[in-house]
Amino acid sequence: MAVAQRTSLVEMRNINVAFGGVHAVRDVSIELYAGEVVGLVGGNGAGKSTLMRVLSGAQPADSGEILVDGKPTAIRNPRDAKALNIETIYQTLALADNIDAPGNLFLGRELTTRLGILDDSSMESETRKVMGRLNPNFTRFAMPVKSLSGGQRQAVAIARAVYFNARILIMDEPTAALGPAETAQVRNLVRQLKDEGIGIFLISHDIHDVFDLSERISVMYHGRIVDTVNKADVTPDAVLGMIILGKKPGEVSEKELAEIELRG
Amino acid sequence: MTNVADAAPSSGQATPPAGRSLRGLLAQTEIDLRLFGMLLALGLILLTFNILSGGKFFQPTNMVTLAVQAAGVAVIATGMVLVIVSRNIDLSVGSLVGFIAMSYALLMTDWLPNLLGLSADFPFRWVIALGLGVGIGALFGALQGFIIAYIGVPSFIVTLGGLLSIRGAVYYLSNGAAVSGLDPAFQLIGGGAQGSVGGPITWILGIVGCIAIVGLLINGRRQRRRYGFPVRPIWAETLLAVIGSMAVLGLAAFANANLWPQGLANRIASEQNWGPTPAGGWQIPTGFPYPIVLLVGVTLVMSWIATRRRFGRYVYAYGGNPDAAELAGINTRRTILKIYVLMGVLCALAAAIASARLNGATLDVGQSYELYVIAAAVIGGTSFAGGIGTIPGAVLGAFVLQSLNYGLSFMGVNSPGQNVVAGIVLILAVGLDALNRRRSS
Repeated sequence: MAVAQRTSLVEMRNINVAFGGVHAVRDVSIELYAGEVVGLVGGNGAGKSTLMRVLSGAQPADSGEILVDGKPTAIRNPRDAKALNIETIYQTLALADNIDAPGNLFLGRELTTRLGILDDSSMESETRKVMGRLNPNFTRFAMPVKSLSGGQRQAVAIARAVYFNARILIMDEPTAALGPAETAQVRNLVRQLKDEGIGIFLISHDIHDVFDLSERISVMYHGRIVDTVNKADVTPDAVLGMIILGKKPGEVSEKELAEIELRG
Repeated sequence: MTNVADAAPSSGQATPPAGRSLRGLLAQTEIDLRLFGMLLALGLILLTFNILSGGKFFQPTNMVTLAVQAAGVAVIATGMVLVIVSRNIDLSVGSLVGFIAMSYALLMTDWLPNLLGLSADFPFRWVIALGLGVGIGALFGALQGFIIAYIGVPSFIVTLGGLLSIRGAVYYLSNGAAVSGLDPAFQLIGGGAQGSVGGPITWILGIVGCIAIVGLLINGRRQRRRYGFPVRPIWAETLLAVIGSMAVLGLAAFANANLWPQGLANRIASEQNWGPTPAGGWQIPTGFPYPIVLLVGVTLVMSWIATRRRFGRYVYAYGGNPDAAELAGINTRRTILKIYVLMGVLCALAAAIASARLNGATLDVGQSYELYVIAAAVIGGTSFAGGIGTIPGAVLGAFVLQSLNYGLSFMGVNSPGQNVVAGIVLILAVGLDALNRRRSS
């Protein structure tokens, strides 16, 4: 692909994370270019979320380096990541349930007046604008987000990530809690953001989501990257095989393939 | 906007039933229903004691004394709200009040004159003492906050240790002796006839309060208009302005109905040559006591910090979801540390009220304050699950507790009996609240 000649938006090199004796991420390297979606797939405990938490500053890596725009950078905490325009939509959404939608959208980056007083009116006004684009039916701006539906909460979490001019967006299972209509909405948003030149890491267990939206797909298995493939070169079944067996299609024996057929 | 109880009908879907029910009308005024309920409960308690005592309880002297007695606990309770909202606890406040009260007494009788050469007639010496007390409070708060936030020892343990060791340290400050003899100006912080602002200033404060209420309502409305948000109906705005102003002016009138004791008035009159005593004796209104003015100031500032400042927003966010706060890039450790520093400062203010009332300090000033402060915050709607609680609620909670204590002692119930009632009310208040929340969710 043409993207290979450009400088990558972000490159993670030889990342290692261990929790006690458990090696959650082993020597993983991965790249992301502007305007592309890289799907990150793998079974439970494959290390996808941990790898992305390293990039978003939530989980320090034990070793390895991260390059943004080709320059080595240190991401020690979420603040560092946000300063580099790396935004994350966490699987848990990471919302403060007792606070309203504008409060959550601007959490940690509140708009204030010149005197340092929270400017709730302009935060609400901005939130109305973003949410108008993401979820036009949303009207509960003064309610704690605890009282919102799953889709509305998801919309708040997405709004928070896209409002602050993200260049690198990490989406961890963005459609897991959504109904069909809302899922379609999120897919449209992903395409729209991609067209705007944002690079997106998409974690999903839904292989169709991944095939629908990503250019490249990285498969993880027990903390390692099995392979990173261009979507055009593989079939969903082949990717599924890599997820389950942790081997590239060429390395898989007839017997193992038969087992998958049986399980599937 | 962070308050759960702010069920704002402005947000479309949350509009209450259109029926002219009392609940629907109340919702249109956007009054915090919890707070409203607590005010009603407080009124009911006072009214009950008034009826039981045959109308003697409502005398201004009683009400003013009750308020002054509640002030110390209420001041600290405003901070305890933030502590509990952030899923922590502070058990050391009573001991810290004791330590700082003793420090004030020693500063003015010993340390300032003997170590720094500042004699009693040094101008504004009481301000220096107060400043040093606040510094001591902030220092203890910072130390405990640091251990909790940066070393990770649970706040219950750290402040339990503080409760024991700081109370013990009071003994060593004065070698076990009670110390008395504070500066006359400092004593005014404790209230009493002379420790009050007087009639004219009370009226001025009342009028300033009314102007502030109307100004805030107009400003809020203009702000919402500017952004095209829904606003309250005009009748609701007017009602709020009228009720608020009447409440403030009513309190001012009530405080001014409290008069100087005749003996004191006559003595001061002859000392200062006010002329011949008028028929019926000197009628000098005391007005708002200084500790109450201090409490109102602390409540306003703390509410402002909790709802209008980033720091307050972070405290509530952390209480609601610590992970979310951390992932949002909030420096959560520094936030926790700051809460405890604030707590130390509030303890210093409460210690000033307590020691000024005593004109000195004994070894047990502030004893069991921590229990009353926590009870006040919890009765005021602060939830131990974190993330929920309001500062005016905690102040009201302190007044509910003190009304019960004062009313019962007025009726001749002894202090163990008062404790029995206070404990039952605490459980009742939280129990009712839990039922209410379960029903509404």
